[in-house]
Amino acid sequence: MSDAAITVDGVSKRFRIYHERNQSLKAAVMRRRRSVHEDFWALRDVGFEIPQQSTFALIGDNGSGKSTLLKCIAKILTPDAGTITRRGRMAALLEVGSGFHPELSGRDNVYLNGSILGMTKQEIDSKFDSIVGFSGVEQFIDQPVKNYSSGMYVRLGFSVAIHVDPEILLVDEVLAVGDAAFQEKCAEKFSEFRREGRTVVVVSHSVPTLRTMCDQVAWLSHGELVETGEANAVLERYQDASRTDVRTDERGRVHWGSGEAVVDDVELVSDGRRVDTVRTGEELTIRIHYTARQRIERPVFGLAMESHDGVYLWANNTKDLHFEVDQIEGTGVVECRIPRLMLQPGSFHVMASVVDQSTLHVFDYLREGARLGVVTGVPVESGGYLALDGRWSR
Amino acid sequence: MIELVRELRRSPELLANLTRREVKGKYKRTALGQLWSLANPIAAMLIYSAVFGIILQVPVPEGDPSGLHSFPVFLLCGLLPWSFFIGVVNGGMGALVGNENLIKKVWFPRSVLIVATTLSTMFTWSIEMLVLAVVLVVLGAQVWVYLPLVVLVMALLALFATGVAMVFAIANVYFRDVTHLSSILFQAWFYLTPVLYPVSIVAEQSDRIGPLPGGITVLDVYRLNPMERFMEVFRNLLYDNRLPDLGSVLYCVGWTAVALVVGAWVFQRHQGKLAELL
Repeated sequence: MSDAAITVDGVSKRFRIYHERNQSLKAAVMRRRRSVHEDFWALRDVGFEIPQQSTFALIGDNGSGKSTLLKCIAKILTPDAGTITRRGRMAALLEVGSGFHPELSGRDNVYLNGSILGMTKQEIDSKFDSIVGFSGVEQFIDQPVKNYSSGMYVRLGFSVAIHVDPEILLVDEVLAVGDAAFQEKCAEKFSEFRREGRTVVVVSHSVPTLRTMCDQVAWLSHGELVETGEANAVLERYQDASRTDVRTDERGRVHWGSGEAVVDDVELVSDGRRVDTVRTGEELTIRIHYTARQRIERPVFGLAMESHDGVYLWANNTKDLHFEVDQIEGTGVVECRIPRLMLQPGSFHVMASVVDQSTLHVFDYLREGARLGVVTGVPVESGGYLALDGRWSR
Repeated sequence: MIELVRELRRSPELLANLTRREVKGKYKRTALGQLWSLANPIAAMLIYSAVFGIILQVPVPEGDPSGLHSFPVFLLCGLLPWSFFIGVVNGGMGALVGNENLIKKVWFPRSVLIVATTLSTMFTWSIEMLVLAVVLVVLGAQVWVYLPLVVLVMALLALFATGVAMVFAIANVYFRDVTHLSSILFQAWFYLTPVLYPVSIVAEQSDRIGPLPGGITVLDVYRLNPMERFMEVFRNLLYDNRLPDLGSVLYCVGWTAVALVVGAWVFQRHQGKLAELL
């Protein structure tokens, strides 16, 4: 008996792709069969464990089977082979507000929806104020929900779901609901869940969100498990694999992008000399050497920094800083000067990119453009990534 | 079957809330509200009484020993249970298809949807029966003593209807024509059940034809219908004010058991696949 929150063991799920589906009796009788179909394996022999108290992500491209797997875990679908063992009370946020009855009041719907999600009446009674408060629809709670705006509807549904108080929470890509303020509340609620040591299982293909949230990832592709393990490593490999234009240059560094312009090198310069180590608080200039194979109008150069353990720390690009580069052709250099490097001692990666004006099309992205070492300088502080020069007084 | 009961026992609140949703949601935004639930049986009673009682002159048996002699009352004693039965089966068929979004997004015991339909239909039926009981008392029937038994038989019919509804609900998920097919089937079933007329008419015709090959009579075949026995039991209790024949009661119990076992078996086998099928 393992102590995993969820054990997925050899799970396969088959869907039927109907070429002809006789959903009417006449057709079924006339053709003497219910359907003509092909089997499609949405999941094939997938097995892994989700440890307790972890935030676990299922990633994969569209159609990789990640949502199917989540639905199997949520008991909505039954696998054709294999077993899923769940240890603890589970709640699924696959779609919020499903099951609301439009003619009933918000209050009645909170009770109805709560009980669908498995709460008892006493539980809902005790959490009612908190549910309504979280959703921010206090004024309208006795109105029929059909009069709600779609935002209010979703917020109330989400609020009920998040109050289920599960030991295991399953979340689909539904979290982009409500306005910015509400999203912030949701994000807060999630980190609270994690702090309280609950197990959270998320399905997404947004790598940046997952990077900040998850500690374990299972990567699915075409219904099969590619790998499972520590989040950053798996996410990075997933990202590399999902880019068709990934290449490795002569120095073994990973690039991706369409290649009309490339980042040849990232140089760290301090005090006029090329360096790879600087002191906290010193000046640093990051120089991007590029080659444009053709004339490119108004490109955008960007820089980003990550800690050695993969925490995304900083990003800066010429567009946001209103530094207009009108056009590039051939080789050239752009540089970004940081007057005081407010980083604590440690090791950091610098990434560099050149993208088009919309920032959607990537010409080149160099993942480990430079490795920056920071050693003790001024100020000296106790720990973390940032040197904020804090001062005490009393 | 046992699994199904266990599931239901684990979610009493869900059941209560879904039932409340059905009951409350049904007559929202209507001026008369819950009164509408009485409008249907009253309208049906008026129409059927006019056509069958007055125009076609269906003979009305005299309540024995109650002495009642009224076609509308005789009719209602059978019509109300019948409408309830049909209401549950039709409601059950709609419950799975109508709650598609719920079934696809949340896990909960699916049988709750069917049972909630039964309970909410039972709620309106109880009001109707209560009104009928008052009418019976006003007309001088000694119905009070039999009310506890009526409640028991009502529960029995509810179980029978639930079992049938489960089978039809699953069938309807596979083939949507079941809804339409069943409306024809139920129409035939309605006229083959002594709701609008007394069994005695069938008995007369059966005697006239004589025994069929094998020594059975038309009446024997006619009485295989479990709803016929339910009608008999309800009328014995409400209209005649006497204890029903034990054999008929046992026949009803037997059919209820069969309906429940088959219904639960079919439902249990298919409920895991509902999210895909819908």
